[in-house]
Amino acid sequence: MSISDRPSVALIGNPNTGKSSLFNALCGGKARVGNYPGVTVEHKTGRLLPEGSSLRRDSSAPPEIDVVDLPGTYSLAARSADEAVSVDVLAGNMPGLARPNAVVVIVDATNLERNLYLFSQVIELGLPTILALNMWDRVSSSGLQIDTETLSQRLGVPVVCTCASKRIGIDELRRLIETAIAAGAGTSDSEAPSVDWARAAFPEPFQHEVDRLTQWLRDEGVSLAPFQVERLLIDACDAHSHRIIPKSLANAWERRLDESNQRIAAAGIQGPLFETRARYGWVKRMTAGTIERSSVRHDSRSDTIDRWLTHRWIGLGFFLVLMFLIFQAITWFAQWPMEWIDHAQAAVGTGVESILSPGPLRSLLVDGVIAGVGSVIKFLPQIAILFLFIAILEDCGYMSRAAFVMDKFMSSVGMSGKSFLPLMSSFACAIPGIMATRTIDHRKDRMVTMLVAPLMSCSARLPVYVLMVYAIFPDEVRYASGWISLQGIIIFAMQSLGAIVAIPVAWLLKRFLFPGEPSTFIMELASYKWPSWRVLLARVWERVLSFVTRAGTLILVTSVLVWAAAYFPVDHSGLDRSVVELERLQASSDANTERMAELRQSINQEKSRLIEGSFLGRAGNAIEPLVKPLGWNGQIGIAVLASFPAREVIIATLGTIYALGSEGDDDNRGLQAQMREAKWPDGRPVFTLASGLSIMVFFVLCAQCASTLLTIRRETNSWRWPIFSFGYMTLLAYVGAWLTYNVASMW
Amino acid sequence: MPSPPVTLRDLCIGEQGVIVQIDGSDSVAARLLEMGLLPGETVKMIGAAPMGDPIEFEVYGYRISLRQVESSRVCIEKT
Repeated sequence: MSISDRPSVALIGNPNTGKSSLFNALCGGKARVGNYPGVTVEHKTGRLLPEGSSLRRDSSAPPEIDVVDLPGTYSLAARSADEAVSVDVLAGNMPGLARPNAVVVIVDATNLERNLYLFSQVIELGLPTILALNMWDRVSSSGLQIDTETLSQRLGVPVVCTCASKRIGIDELRRLIETAIAAGAGTSDSEAPSVDWARAAFPEPFQHEVDRLTQWLRDEGVSLAPFQVERLLIDACDAHSHRIIPKSLANAWERRLDESNQRIAAAGIQGPLFETRARYGWVKRMTAGTIERSSVRHDSRSDTIDRWLTHRWIGLGFFLVLMFLIFQAITWFAQWPMEWIDHAQAAVGTGVESILSPGPLRSLLVDGVIAGVGSVIKFLPQIAILFLFIAILEDCGYMSRAAFVMDKFMSSVGMSGKSFLPLMSSFACAIPGIMATRTIDHRKDRMVTMLVAPLMSCSARLPVYVLMVYAIFPDEVRYASGWISLQGIIIFAMQSLGAIVAIPVAWLLKRFLFPGEPSTFIMELASYKWPSWRVLLARVWERVLSFVTRAGTLILVTSVLVWAAAYFPVDHSGLDRSVVELERLQASSDANTERMAELRQSINQEKSRLIEGSFLGRAGNAIEPLVKPLGWNGQIGIAVLASFPAREVIIATLGTIYALGSEGDDDNRGLQAQMREAKWPDGRPVFTLASGLSIMVFFVLCAQCASTLLTIRRETNSWRWPIFSFGYMTLLAYVGAWLTYNVASMW
Repeated sequence: MPSPPVTLRDLCIGEQGVIVQIDGSDSVAARLLEMGLLPGETVKMIGAAPMGDPIEFEVYGYRISLRQVESSRVCIEKT
């Protein structure tokens, strides 16, 4: 992230106000997602689209504007990481990011009073501010009338009514942003309105202490906005003050803060409560007479749906059936795109073979790069479908109901209902899941959730299950007149296993590592709404892109390394000569079938001999004793070992091993066929029901993902927890796989 | 004999009350106030999750869920 000289506007608002839809409407879905330095709070920046979007900019057009999307929050009190980041960005204290030139506060128009609480804090920061009343379409349908003109006059900021999902009011908002930035370009009277606001709303003695501390800090060379000093005075949050007060001043600051707090208490001002009272009092004065409510206060359709979905038995049953259907649908819908990718991969492989003559380069490209990366890319459709389902559940408002229904259960095993969304997202990928745990305000609940999140079956495990299941279980076994397949059931069972194991693990973690007082569950239950397809597509696109990037970097590198380990140090010239002769015979018209069959057989024998002698083959022999109790041979052991940085690599590795080790039919169907044919030296098949299940269970339970461990490191700010996660999950995986193999072998 | 104060926890489905005060001045109290549970506001009990906890309320025209522990910190007068 670098400071750009483009002007920027920040978007801020409560959760569930349609902020992402509005961001997409303003920026056209193109966004850069990253993290703020030092904290794992997602940072999203886009570029404001020109008006009407199809119009071309001429030289007289206003300059381009960056749009910064801040995390959804109810308050700017710096209690959580999210809130602290928002304050820092708006005050211009975020390293690497220039202070925004303007800010848009997005509020749910049907819940104006509560939403204006955040507005009252934002306006204190003194930036040119615009108020967007979003979800305007629901105002009339829920019997509301809002006098926006009076509101705008009283608040002293422009007010715009928007409905982001229907693209209403977007052009007007865009104009207001451009106007605000153009007007603010020359002036820098940023502190005036803030002082006015506080003088009007806060008790005099408090205001006096804020002035006193601000002045003292300025004398010491630290320039803070009065709002930041207010926060330090009210919130008493050490972590935040340590970040903005220089170390050299810490002790003196602590002393002054204590003195101020004593004087405030002596004046009869009550702890943090006076702030909310003052702000809501202000909100009441501002909105008095501008909002008219008819008798209907709530969307009654949403209520009816809610009654069923949060019902004590029906709600739970609905949830389980929904999950089952989602995983069935994933195997169902992904069939066709997977076949297309297969064909494309085979075509590319054949194309390369026709250009290059046999040798290391051709082997690297066909057996390493194409077989490795291709076999992972193949699972892109499934991952996209899974992310789509999760995005739909999240966007329509079901996720918060699921959290509500599950809270009692989750808190009995050491987490909270708020752990539900992070854990559910971990079914797509543990990284956003672990990042989402920051919405859990209770530290111990958050730690437990973070440590079990990698046990949820992420989308990278899905391809492993699919590969094993398709290789081992017949497709013909179907129930309910063909609608439910055995393969789908096994995949669903594997997807659930991690979550089931997580229950006792969470309980143990809470009991022995994080004992202590219970947490809270203060959560808004927003009305149901139709998800906006633009938001859904943007979210799926973001995730797919990051998966492809992974396949293009980490998996590519591992594929090449595995290929090299399987290719060297043995001499391939004999094999290459045979391949050249076979290809010449195939190309010539008078095919000598006898000689060709002979050649094919010698090629196969030569390939097995070569892979035996390679680095990979030798390493496989070395670790075989360790993995034999799990029912694996050395090759599987090597493939699993190679997949510790990223679990989906196992497919690429098996693909490479079998592409090098047997008749070269590079596509994945080929891989599954080759797996079925793989034999132990005594002739028993390698991939049986028992060994297949044992591999799958190992993958369910193991922490084979470097990125996840690094995310835990960043979130906890210590190496202890990623090492702990890795240790306990690897142990769990080995024991689980051993048990599975031995139990399944008895059949 | 003073009876124990009535709290949100004592409401049955469909019942309403007006908030009198919130116990304590810690961060939980501050969060409850920020979410609009202010003295003088009317709160309606909407329903409870399986096993009776947490509880769903309507306040300020929106829905909020609180655990029994938190709802017993909000003192009310039944209406």
